[in-house]
Amino acid sequence: MSTSQTTTTDHHPALAHQFDSMEQQQDASTFGMWVFLLTEIMMFGGLFTAYLIYRLKYYPAFVAGSTSISVSWGFANTLVLIGSSFTMAMAVWSAQTGRRKGQVWFLIGTMILGAAFLGVKAKEYYDKWDECHIPGHVIGKGFNTWGGCEVKNPKLGNIADEIREKDPKVPEVAAVQIAKQTEIFFSFYFAMTGLHAFHMVIGLGLLTWLLLRAKSGEFGPSYYTPVELGGLYWHFVDIVWIFLFPLLYLISRHQHGA
Amino acid sequence: MSEQSHSHPSPGLYVVILLALVVGTCLTWGIAFKDLGIWNPVVALTIAVIKAVLVILFFMHVYYSNKLTKLTVAAGFFWLMIMITMSLSDYLTRTFLPR
Repeated sequence: MSTSQTTTTDHHPALAHQFDSMEQQQDASTFGMWVFLLTEIMMFGGLFTAYLIYRLKYYPAFVAGSTSISVSWGFANTLVLIGSSFTMAMAVWSAQTGRRKGQVWFLIGTMILGAAFLGVKAKEYYDKWDECHIPGHVIGKGFNTWGGCEVKNPKLGNIADEIREKDPKVPEVAAVQIAKQTEIFFSFYFAMTGLHAFHMVIGLGLLTWLLLRAKSGEFGPSYYTPVELGGLYWHFVDIVWIFLFPLLYLISRHQHGA
Repeated sequence: MSEQSHSHPSPGLYVVILLALVVGTCLTWGIAFKDLGIWNPVVALTIAVIKAVLVILFFMHVYYSNKLTKLTVAAGFFWLMIMITMSLSDYLTRTFLPR
């Protein structure tokens, strides 16, 4: 090794000095990406654990909060995100097999589905604003008057009334109490879906970067690590949503219908 | 180690996984409206775990990865389980003993 004058033309341009081979480099990168994803699992895991503890403690409020969000939009968004995971997997496959056009179109498809997911999420957030369900209920409907919901709606939107409509035996005081406790549910709802949506935004940024590199024909069978790792990130975000959907949208749905 | 990382799944397999995920999502949605008592969240989470495992094994290529990657992934979920079970074993048993 030391006797011959090695130049950059001897190896793949993407191979870094510290690695013996492209395989070793990819193995190291994959390992590193998974270690990063483990920290992500523990971050979301902390939220999931806190969610479980509070759900056990304030179950009626979690039911009331959960049934106030639209299960149809949540269901549709789950399908959108699963579809985007499929197009992402296909983008990685296209890179592995050296299909440049395939990479570009599947990456664009993934970005369109990701943007659609965020659009639906924005619509759902707007509905919560409109219904005075934002935790703290000091902001919400009535754009120009901060505190509009506090003044107009001390019962946290329509939740107390809905509880009594479904079960007239519940005293008003208890219904208002449960309605106030739904703020705990909505805090988890916004923290968890918000952190998830933030990851989606970062993911769209990563996809844009991958798209530009894929367009220039940088990836092929011998080097596709960035697409592979971008895919790992995107699928991880999909998995978080796979758990968020049943936990946030489907608490005791059978009691209340769609 | 490097031999394994060369093999990758085909689009056909990805389509099968996609269909399984869609079926799982529809099942979760449909079953949520049936009254199964305490089993509702259990069924919903079981389907979610199956869907997550499919994504991890095939979309994320862990099934085709080397042992180091497999061990890393398993360790991550093992640690997550420690956090959840130990936290809940505290909160769920607090009422077992009289004050």
